[in-house]
Amino acid sequence: MPKDFGIGAPQKRREDIRFLTGRGVYTDDLKIAGQTYAVFCRSQVAHGRIVSIDTTATAAMPGVLAVFTGEDFKDVGGNPAGWLIKSRNGEPMREPKRPVLAHGKVRHVGDAYAAVIAETYQQAKDAAEQLAADTVIDELPAIVDMAAAVADASNRVHDEIPDNLCFDWGWIEDNRAKVEEVFKTAPHVTTLELVNNRLVPNAMEPRASIGEYFPGTGDYKLTTTSQNPHLTRLLVAAFVLGIPENKLTVVAPDVGGGFGSKIYHYGEEALVLAAAKKLGRPVRWTAERTESFLSDAHGRDHVTKIELACDKQGNFLAFRTETLANVGAYLSNFSTATPTFLHGTLMAGPYKVPAVYVNVKTVFTNTAPVDAYRGAGRPEATFSLERVIDKMCRELNLDPFEVRRKNFITTDMFPYTTPVGLVYDTGNYQATLDKAIEVGDVKGFEARRAESAKRGKLRGLGLSTWIEACGIAPSHLVGVLGSRVGLYDAATVRVNATGNISVMVGAHSHGQGHETVFAQIVADKLGIPEASVEIVHGDTSKIPFGMGSYGSRSLAVCGVAMTKAVDKIVAKGKKIAAHMLEASEADISFENGKFSVAGTDKAKTFGEIAFSAYVPHNYPLETLEPGLEETAFYDPNNFTYPAGAYLCEVEVDPDTGKVQVCSFTCADDFGNIMNPMVVEGQVHGGVGQGIGQALCENTHYDENGQLVTGSYMDYAMPRASDVPFYTVDYSCQTPCTHNPLGVKGCGEAGAIGSPPAVVNAVIDALHRGGIKVSHIDMPVSPARVWSAIQNA
Amino acid sequence: MYAFDFVRPKTVADAVKALQAEDAQALGGGQTLIPTLKQRLAQPSVLVSLTGIDEMKGVCRDGDVLVIGGGTLHATVAREARAHYPALAALAGNIGDPAVRNRGTIGGSLANNDPSACYPSAALASGATIVTNSRKIAADDYFQGMFTTALEPGEIITSVRLPIPQKAAYVKFEQPASRFALVGVFVAKYAGGVRVAVTGASNNGVFRWTEAEAALSANFSAGAVKGLKATAADLIADLHGTAAYRAHLIGVLTARAVAAAG
Ligand SMILES: Cc1cc2nc3c(=O)[nH]c(=O)nc-3n(C[C@H](O)[C@H](O)[C@H](O)COP(=O)(O)OP(=O)(O)OC[C@H]3O[C@@H](n4cnc5c(N)ncnc54)[C@H](O)[C@@H]3O)c2cc1C
Repeated sequence: MPKDFGIGAPQKRREDIRFLTGRGVYTDDLKIAGQTYAVFCRSQVAHGRIVSIDTTATAAMPGVLAVFTGEDFKDVGGNPAGWLIKSRNGEPMREPKRPVLAHGKVRHVGDAYAAVIAETYQQAKDAAEQLAADTVIDELPAIVDMAAAVADASNRVHDEIPDNLCFDWGWIEDNRAKVEEVFKTAPHVTTLELVNNRLVPNAMEPRASIGEYFPGTGDYKLTTTSQNPHLTRLLVAAFVLGIPENKLTVVAPDVGGGFGSKIYHYGEEALVLAAAKKLGRPVRWTAERTESFLSDAHGRDHVTKIELACDKQGNFLAFRTETLANVGAYLSNFSTATPTFLHGTLMAGPYKVPAVYVNVKTVFTNTAPVDAYRGAGRPEATFSLERVIDKMCRELNLDPFEVRRKNFITTDMFPYTTPVGLVYDTGNYQATLDKAIEVGDVKGFEARRAESAKRGKLRGLGLSTWIEACGIAPSHLVGVLGSRVGLYDAATVRVNATGNISVMVGAHSHGQGHETVFAQIVADKLGIPEASVEIVHGDTSKIPFGMGSYGSRSLAVCGVAMTKAVDKIVAKGKKIAAHMLEASEADISFENGKFSVAGTDKAKTFGEIAFSAYVPHNYPLETLEPGLEETAFYDPNNFTYPAGAYLCEVEVDPDTGKVQVCSFTCADDFGNIMNPMVVEGQVHGGVGQGIGQALCENTHYDENGQLVTGSYMDYAMPRASDVPFYTVDYSCQTPCTHNPLGVKGCGEAGAIGSPPAVVNAVIDALHRGGIKVSHIDMPVSPARVWSAIQNA
Repeated sequence: MYAFDFVRPKTVADAVKALQAEDAQALGGGQTLIPTLKQRLAQPSVLVSLTGIDEMKGVCRDGDVLVIGGGTLHATVAREARAHYPALAALAGNIGDPAVRNRGTIGGSLANNDPSACYPSAALASGATIVTNSRKIAADDYFQGMFTTALEPGEIITSVRLPIPQKAAYVKFEQPASRFALVGVFVAKYAGGVRVAVTGASNNGVFRWTEAEAALSANFSAGAVKGLKATAADLIADLHGTAAYRAHLIGVLTARAVAAAG
């Protein structure tokens, strides 16, 4: 019997009722008296010098209220990168200013260089069109290819950066010589060159922002599509516009998906605030889908050479990678952390490999900025590892299951320090692999393959055993690694006088289900109905503080802060109960919503205690404040390390090259499970995105820097027919050792573990069909499979 | 969008009159035209909606010919053509998604003549007649290249007459993003011979693969087209497939269509 209440119960998501019945309230749904409309002029060329912008005709057009260009913002701050990375030679990374509006140069197609504010949307559109016609931009050669960008010092995305290099990072530099030695003497070396394809996040809701200014108080309000309202407040207020933080409220209401792209602060947010101040009226902007394609931070985009050194039995001796990571035209907030500390540190996988060296050169190009996207760095690491391991198995004719098994870190080795700087607290990689083999019915594969063959299809089986580091937090660690912020989180639990509860959390839910799961936890801990708990998030004026949702951190960091606040409530409740029950505090126990005196039948319900805290007639006022509200901040001392084994079966149609995913099996270890249904949903979504990356999604800039795949006519999103019914098992649980909930985080796992399983399955299918193809880059489209078959 | 006027006449005659206004444009289901307007890629003065004209709607049989009103929805064709011309019904039932099928019209699709659209292959393979407010045009004369047809400005497709074949099938290989035809092949067998029309593949739009027609007219079996190479000349090459890939797919899909036609 599944639990029907509290922690572990498969509760349906309460927020889905409003989402599925069209009653969510998103930024664009808000209508504000006196509102005006902003439309941006965006560069049509990838690279160009702004010669002149003549605003005269535009300013005189009907309804036009204001015109802004880069000139208006040249004296305010830039949008900063959140992590300082140092190059191998010790030099700090190059940090060009990222202005509110492009100034001097435009650096990618879609780069906003001006904005028009008008009474109506259509007037603003007309005016922006006029302004674009009155703008002269001298086109410069576009820098698109990363290798060419680094090689050609004459053509620069940023004039002050000669080789277009942001940094050249070595991890860990001290390992470099040792790894080289291993490769010199290794009995076998497998090399794989691969591309981790750039992805456009494509949240269902495009970005949108509304700026308001209240002249009576001098307060600003920004309503925006953010995963991270407090960080946005910090960046806009302190770094870009110079508004005191306490004069700016940032609200992120219902947000229709983010996948990373809405963690960051974007120039449009600063623009609507500055314009609202200037006009004394609300200014709103909602991106069109094309603007999302062109200006949301993209994900991935690595070109990697990975080498694996091993003995002839497949025991790993070392990994070495060289990666070019595209950062696009500007540094987005997390962009420098993603290819480095979220990637290089995972390059040992779940394996006891003794030596690893990672080199990442991060390159500026005339393309949209690239930043963290679901998985962020860990999918890139996992893909490189799991693909090169598969290739090695084929070269040495070894069983991919056995090779992984013999290289796994074993349960007796925890805590385990990897050669790339992490300490895995716990795990059981053998268990998840065994589980995947069992629930994925590997035994039955051969029969299924034979059945496919009868229909002329090649069937293949692909494996990936992945690990990731999430619950992105430990401030002391990320500080050492270059983070410029702390990564704790916070929550306030407010018990109202009538005993129901408002919980203000720093995590932001934009589809994850926090409103349901967090309420389950609080209700469970306090022994009250789930319906009495309301989760409040996404408003800096209501919640104490928070670092938002990303890096699968909401539960493992903010959820823990929340439980710590609940603990404080219980502690205070015991004091109140002791007074009311005339017992000593030490004798009070709290269980199932009741404070009782040990060994007696004297008890007070949670509701009675709450009432007493607010109507303190019989209350220890000399020693205890009235009210029942507690806040906790939580900063864990390590990442969490979910891991698992994924199996994918595909059928390849050798005549057309089309790949169909037939089944996908996940055996995950997420530690303790708060709501299994929500966990499954997160895995489904992540694997869907992973299959999308593996088979469908291709972000293609041509040599002129034009985004050829700038709409759904050419950018292939995965659809229902592209994904199978998933099998998700989470019964292998090694609870996280350093947080009291024992949870690890499940939001990104699917997107991290799945792409290599899919590609390994395709390669396996081809090999079983006698077609010796060693690698196909993602997306493994029908055309690519077909030409690989032709060239085999 | 730019601003425009909107009219919704009840008869073909009134629609023809309304379309005489300068920069007037017909609006079918809007599944192509509305996105174009949203992107400000067209600026008609007035949109003349054809959706209120009852005489342009419906599917009926006239002897061995299936007659489909120019304003008939894809969903209606999928439903009502099934008993008469199942291959055509299946094609219509697989265009886009339910929303598209319940707005888009056969007239709009044929007027637009997207090189990757499905209907043009059915019309050409069926040797259809495109009936307009002023004349009848044979399919062989109607399709004149990518997005180009024999229609004059202001001319309205009022119906399409499709001779019903003995056997037919349409096989569509989807472009991964748009799910239009990367290549689509419509094979139709008539007493007088086999017609094979290919969409999605050519820079000149839908075309007849005459070598395959000859081979299949002699021997209507999948094996008959084995080894036949669709000429790679002027085939589309883009991100989703090279010309050689499309040429290959034409052969594969033609064989599959013949097999499916039975
Ligand atoms: C998401 C999506 C998926 C799609 N997938 C497919 C697909 O898989 N296969 C496919 O074939 N198509 C597909 N389409 C296109 C769809 O079939 C459209 O219905 C069709 O292209 C246009 O038909 P319409 O009635 O919407 O025409 P509209 O968009 O209204 O008009 C298109 C053009 O035809 C003109 N026109 C309209 N009706 C007439 C008429 N009766 N006489 C003369 N001119 C006329 C208009 O002036 C305009 O120039 C898809 C469209 C969408 C949005």
